[in-house]
Amino acid sequence: MPKFISVEEAVKLIPDGATVMFGGFMGCGNAHKFIDALSKSGVKDLTMISNDGACPIKNRDGEVVDYYGVAKLIHNRQVKKLIATHVGLNPEVASQSMIDGTLEVTLIPQGSLAEMIRAGGAGLGGVLTPTGVGTIIEDSPYCLEKKNINGKDYLLMAPVHADFAVICGAKIDKAGNVWYKGNTSNFNLVMATAADTVIAEAEEVVEIGEIPPEDVRTYGVFVDYVVEGGKL
Amino acid sequence: MDKAQIKDFIAARVAKELKDGDVVNLGIGLPTLVPKFLPDDVHVILQSENGTIGVGPVTPENKDPYHVVDAGGFPSAAAPGACFIDSASSFALIRGGHVDATILGGLEVDEEGSLSNWIIPGKKMPGMGGAMDLLVGAKNVIVAMEHTAKGNPKILKKCKLPYTAVKCVTKIITEMCVIEVKPEGLVMTEYNPEFTIDQIKAATAADLIISPDLKPMV
Repeated sequence: MPKFISVEEAVKLIPDGATVMFGGFMGCGNAHKFIDALSKSGVKDLTMISNDGACPIKNRDGEVVDYYGVAKLIHNRQVKKLIATHVGLNPEVASQSMIDGTLEVTLIPQGSLAEMIRAGGAGLGGVLTPTGVGTIIEDSPYCLEKKNINGKDYLLMAPVHADFAVICGAKIDKAGNVWYKGNTSNFNLVMATAADTVIAEAEEVVEIGEIPPEDVRTYGVFVDYVVEGGKL
Repeated sequence: MDKAQIKDFIAARVAKELKDGDVVNLGIGLPTLVPKFLPDDVHVILQSENGTIGVGPVTPENKDPYHVVDAGGFPSAAAPGACFIDSASSFALIRGGHVDATILGGLEVDEEGSLSNWIIPGKKMPGMGGAMDLLVGAKNVIVAMEHTAKGNPKILKKCKLPYTAVKCVTKIITEMCVIEVKPEGLVMTEYNPEFTIDQIKAATAADLIISPDLKPMV
């Protein structure tokens, strides 16, 4: 059974230099309360695995007034390495990596990253995919080999695993079972399987039985800690 | 034509490529204009890489930006009959050949149907997102773009920028013409009568084969 702890206690689990996966897509499905607390914690040198760098939040005049989801951690320069598929909507990623040289960015095709994380959680030795053949992905440190099978070229991409996965679900029951609302399951679903320690933020903690077994998407057996983030 | 008219013209022609019931992925920008040009009897299922099969219009009632967004992170919604899936499942759909058409823009396309649209080394590195998977997985890859950029050809003998995917494009649709990518090369099947064949050739840095069945776009 998972432990139910406060957001502040959960943040203390993450040491400097940890590799952390964050579920979500452009902030949708990010564990907002946990990330907000982590951004104020001073934890540094993180390796972040995330679909993207989310984005700044602008007011009507186009001025940046805040940062959405994982963008908070990038803005606070707590991330040393970022492994992502798309970072174009967060200009700070480009400025920190290309101008300051303080952030190391590795880009991986989105379908490959999802499947590499799935492989990392499923005990598989890699992913054979046609995606990236003939491109500079062949030179990626995550590309182990190019193979021709039955006349078609594939790249063997490495499985991905992390120290921590930070996921978010709309409802989590007291057994740790997660139900996702809308399309927030995105990377949360695979990431929950591929880390030593899984921290799940619930918008609402519910009693066992409130999520019917067939509606459970992330199984409680994967979840180590649950924090209640409250309604978004 | 001004910029907006050019985009509408291209989008209207792209719409003719889609059949009723097709599962379609639209890239950002120009491709998002395509649905408004679909005839009333053609209904497509729009797929969004972040996990929606059956994207529908956002209304004040269904708007839920914390839980449903599109591939650009903007509020999105589910059409009747839609479902929400996770990222690995979404790309199984994309990579596995279950998407009938992907429509996207390009920085460069070449004679072999290879496309570059994800990085300008040293200048811009937005990332490929789902584009590399879409290009290798979709049954039809339609590049919808302006024929030139600031007067410079975008259709080249060989792409200069890093590839998004090689030998993947099936059709190129611009404000000047429709080009099919065939084993023999780039075959122009339709042209916009506002331009002469010589003007189209001059705006193209690849060899264009003129189809014997060449017809006007409109």
